[in-house]
Amino acid sequence: MRRTEGMIVRSIVCIKRVPDSEARIRISADGMSLDPSGVKFVMNPYDEFALEEALRLKEASGQGSVTAITVGPEEARETLRSALAMGADEGVLLRAEAAADGLVVARALADEIAAREYDLVLCGKQAIDGDNMQVPAMVAQMLGVPCATVVVELRVEGGVAKAKREIEGGHEVVEFDLPGVVAAQKGLNEPRYPSLKGIMAAKRKPLSEKDVTLSEPKLELVGLTPPPARPEPQIVGEGPDAVPELVRLLREEAKVL
Amino acid sequence: MRRSHAGARLTDEQREILLLARRFARNELRPGAAARDRNEDSFDPGPTRQLGELGFLGMLIPEEYEGLGLEMLTYLYVLEEIAWGDASVAVSMSVHNSLPTQTLLRHGTEEQKERWLKPMARGEILGAFSLSEADAGSDAAAITTQAIRDGEGWRLNGAKMWVTNGASADLVLMMVRTDEPGSRNGSKGIGAFLVPTDTDGYIPGKKERKMGLRGSETVAVTLEDLYLGPEHLIGEPGLGFKYALEALEGGRLGIAAQAIGIAEAALDHTRDYAEQRVQFGRPISEFQGIQFKLADMATRLEASRGLLYRAALAYDADEARKRKLSSMAKLNASETAVWVTRQAVQVFGGYGYSREYPVERLFRDAKVTEIYEGTSEIHRMIIARELYLERGSD
Ligand SMILES: Cc1cc2nc3c(=O)[nH]c(=O)nc-3n(C[C@H](O)[C@H](O)[C@H](O)COP(=O)(O)OP(=O)(O)OC[C@H]3O[C@@H](n4cnc5c(N)ncnc54)[C@H](O)[C@@H]3O)c2cc1C
Repeated sequence: MRRTEGMIVRSIVCIKRVPDSEARIRISADGMSLDPSGVKFVMNPYDEFALEEALRLKEASGQGSVTAITVGPEEARETLRSALAMGADEGVLLRAEAAADGLVVARALADEIAAREYDLVLCGKQAIDGDNMQVPAMVAQMLGVPCATVVVELRVEGGVAKAKREIEGGHEVVEFDLPGVVAAQKGLNEPRYPSLKGIMAAKRKPLSEKDVTLSEPKLELVGLTPPPARPEPQIVGEGPDAVPELVRLLREEAKVL
Repeated sequence: MRRSHAGARLTDEQREILLLARRFARNELRPGAAARDRNEDSFDPGPTRQLGELGFLGMLIPEEYEGLGLEMLTYLYVLEEIAWGDASVAVSMSVHNSLPTQTLLRHGTEEQKERWLKPMARGEILGAFSLSEADAGSDAAAITTQAIRDGEGWRLNGAKMWVTNGASADLVLMMVRTDEPGSRNGSKGIGAFLVPTDTDGYIPGKKERKMGLRGSETVAVTLEDLYLGPEHLIGEPGLGFKYALEALEGGRLGIAAQAIGIAEAALDHTRDYAEQRVQFGRPISEFQGIQFKLADMATRLEASRGLLYRAALAYDADEARKRKLSSMAKLNASETAVWVTRQAVQVFGGYGYSREYPVERLFRDAKVTEIYEGTSEIHRMIIARELYLERGSD
């Protein structure tokens, strides 16, 4: 449910280019980065929820704008193009080398956003590669505006946003004056596929690019390790007789009961 | 890119379109394909409608008629992806895009295009194509369904066979005799009519039970005193057969892409399965006998793709040899798909023969590509005839 009454919402959506969740991830020889060869990159899935919400806000009121911004390498242009194809009006690529520290990324985004007129900044609640969950809150802090994270429902009415958030065991509803930052959780909406018309129209939409120098990271990446190989499956027995042993193993070894 | 296509030569736009098709096939088509195959007595029009919403049913229609105005090659890349997801959905897309819409585009009046082509481009009207009859398949000019002049319009009677989407489509491009029963005119006595499926006297039969492509709706259609106004006839009343053959030339390329998509799906499954299946203490992918099969499957597949893209370029450039090339591409891709899917079943062993695994369905689906839109025998005839016709022409 979303309503926008008498409100033009100018949204800025922060998106990130990440490896496809179905890609086979390998760590480079230096042990510090992913080996990108043969890996398909996509828009961070949580950012798709954010973008979809921005598009729906615009469609519901018939007014407003949607700007997609990304900090990333040259190739992130493709991700912006996907955002334009889905319906964003404008794309902005802040070209920079990859950074493991959310703080420097948030800084670059906040600097760009602060120079623009906006009502709402939408982000995914986290990027599925770094999983830091830092950027939305940091951007809000730097802009000096409120931030609602893990949002599953959003309403915007006359300059006020009402967001339903996921919390442990339930939900919480918060309200704040715009401008503000919303970090989208799965369930907020069902992101659309871009249409072929959208893809073709994207060519004619503005996509600006500029180099940015990221500030000195405060967080240093010192190593990556792959998850441990999965243990061999174990067959405990067959039929009802095997149940007690299975329960014991689930409780004592797997510790899931 | 997982598959080669034109490799680095894809434009940004083609890449985006291809990725969309691939994502759509992976997320929306493949998961339900087995269930649609099993529930063969019912038909789910949902996936085709979705294709329409995304614009896949307007790919080859120019922008002035609200389509996307894309070239054949891009369309074939997409169709291959859709067939990779579900061949039964791909056939709807192929028929709509290449047969009724292309005929309307080439020979329809502006009023006809306004009324039918535009909504077809937007994916709001699904089109079908009906030439075959029970006693007229390869010899399609032998059809007997009859249209008799009735005032300004026409009165149709007879029975059609094998109409893909014959019940759920909105509009069927139907080839019907327009010559008088007393003075038959062979292939020059056939007209092309646009028949809305909600017209009185349009009676679709039950969905045929088939070897494969069970998710696709194939029906016989009876025409009982079906009246059509004059605006339903396309072009000249005696040129319908010519229009149909013309459209089928492009249609064939679509069937070739469908065949390649099916074979690619089989190769994907086979590669993964061979890696997981352990016999004699090793994954069977480590046996040279299996490796050679995989290598041959991949090589033949890539070769049919090459020929198909060559034919597509000839089609877009309207080259003189496009007819021969499109027959070659269809013949080669369909026979390759049958061969590749058969190897897939073999590599899966007993599990390949089981309906629990996907490759037996792919094998059944592949077979029809050697039959419809011209059997392999008919394409060999066309190719041989063209070989003699083109001699000395360049
Ligand atoms: C799933 C499915 C969907 C279809 N969808 C449509 C559709 O939407 N619209 C439509 O109009 N049709 C459709 N068809 C019909 C299809 O195009 C015909 O089945 C096909 O053209 C072959 O005709 P036939 O079945 O009558 O075979 P026949 O023509 O009877 O052929 C029988 C055999 O004889 C061979 N043969 C025939 N003539 C010769 C010759 N001169 N020399 C050597 N060999 C010859 C054939 O190659 C074949 O092996 C569909 C068919 C199927 C199975």
